[in-house]
Amino acid sequence: MTGSRPGDVAALSFDLSALVRRSVATLYSHLVTRPTGRAIRMGIQSQLQELGGPALSVLDFRQVVVLDYSCADETVAQLLCHYRGDDRPANIFFLASGVAERHRDPIEQVLLRHGLALVVQLEQGETALLGEAGEEPRAAWAALERAGRAAPEEIAAATGAGASETSAALDALATRRVILRTSAGTCVALSALLREGRRPGDSGKTD
Amino acid sequence: MKIVTVPSSLEERTFDQVVQQLPPGDASGASERVLFDARKLRWVDPYGMLGLLAAGQVAGRGGERPLLQLPESSEVGSYLARMGFMRQAEPIFDTHGATRRAQEGGSDVLLEITPVNSHGDVHEVVERVQGAATVILARQLQYPASAVVQFSVILSEVCQNILEHADAGGWVAAQTYNWAQRLGRKVAVIAVMDLGIGFRGSLASGQAARWGERWGDAAALEAAFLHGITRFPDPGRGQGLQQIRKQVGRWGGRFSIRSGTAEIADIPGWDDTPPLQSGLPPFPGSQICIVLPERVETEGNAPAAGPAGGRARRP
Repeated sequence: MTGSRPGDVAALSFDLSALVRRSVATLYSHLVTRPTGRAIRMGIQSQLQELGGPALSVLDFRQVVVLDYSCADETVAQLLCHYRGDDRPANIFFLASGVAERHRDPIEQVLLRHGLALVVQLEQGETALLGEAGEEPRAAWAALERAGRAAPEEIAAATGAGASETSAALDALATRRVILRTSAGTCVALSALLREGRRPGDSGKTD
Repeated sequence: MKIVTVPSSLEERTFDQVVQQLPPGDASGASERVLFDARKLRWVDPYGMLGLLAAGQVAGRGGERPLLQLPESSEVGSYLARMGFMRQAEPIFDTHGATRRAQEGGSDVLLEITPVNSHGDVHEVVERVQGAATVILARQLQYPASAVVQFSVILSEVCQNILEHADAGGWVAAQTYNWAQRLGRKVAVIAVMDLGIGFRGSLASGQAARWGERWGDAAALEAAFLHGITRFPDPGRGQGLQQIRKQVGRWGGRFSIRSGTAEIADIPGWDDTPPLQSGLPPFPGSQICIVLPERVETEGNAPAAGPAGGRARRP
């Protein structure tokens, strides 16, 4: 795990391939089976608990070769479920990085199964929103992703949608925790937060 | 002594010939000693090998270890040894006939018979196929190099199905064959078997009342295979089989599950077996078979999954 703390939001990176070796205490390097996924999730949760929050947790798939659906469900979906509701133990956002074509289907399918969404940085560099999100929230997310940070009216201007539709779309994205809203109402893309997290002095104070 | 004659070709289509000959009381065990006469065995695939192990274990439940008369064909004997059959047969059968001392595994074996009793075994299976499978899938089936990952995921999910739902251990094996007459191309055959509670046993507490009079092995398979229902309330469960169906369908393959007295399958265009069969001779646990056909170049040079495009049918 590596981390930095820009203002109020810490960015943490979990190398899942390294974590599987440490958490499962074996030489296995593939993310397969439910117990393996559970062990990884518990490892991440325990480190996040120590940190408190708010934090942006980066799930790093770069070294992962095989990811099966069961392990993806236990690692990704159950982790997001744990930090989704109002009763979440800490204010944690998640982003997956190094997501290759071979990871994409297992991640997407488990997200859809639970009605979840996740921001992923693909191996080629671009950022995508996987899982469940309506057409308008997706358009708002894409506009925010391009801007990095923006006020709701700027997003409305970029998408061409009305103010109320944009507000509803941003609410949906915030509820799914795939964007961050500051106390001033500014929307922040998680990828922007991650970039800013590497530059000391920036702040991403959440509501 | 009850004699069970093993057919000359032992695979999914002929397995029931073995099951039919088993003495009654399959689940509780046979009362008389059973001799499996495999002397005339000329061809066997992973499904046949695992089926023979499973039938032997069932026959031994009565107390006395069954006998296995080994094949007369030295080629078949050597092949059984290379696939790890002889090692797995040792605790199940008393064997008679020439035992071949061929080395297990080898460059042409996709996955030798591997017991699946724990999640650690699933990791072993996935680790093991990374090397040989890449070469075999690419050279023999013309699959892209990346297919080994999806192939590993299929193996992982299908093996976990045993651990999560059978309440018992099982085996997995895979090999490639040239189905020259049947399909006119090469295929990979994956077989997974257990002698656990079967799909009906796994789902009975949550599903039997809902299905009413229709409840049975066929209904249980339909619930799990078509609707992704499991005994766990978590919505994340039950996706393994569904994802295997999708991937096998993309590759134009055939995916079947036999459990109890029924079998359900996604049937591609190149096969003509019925998608749902019931009234089969009873056999405990579940028996899974996946057939992945070689990819062929179409006129437009785009690889095709199968002669009829890998159509999946539902019962």
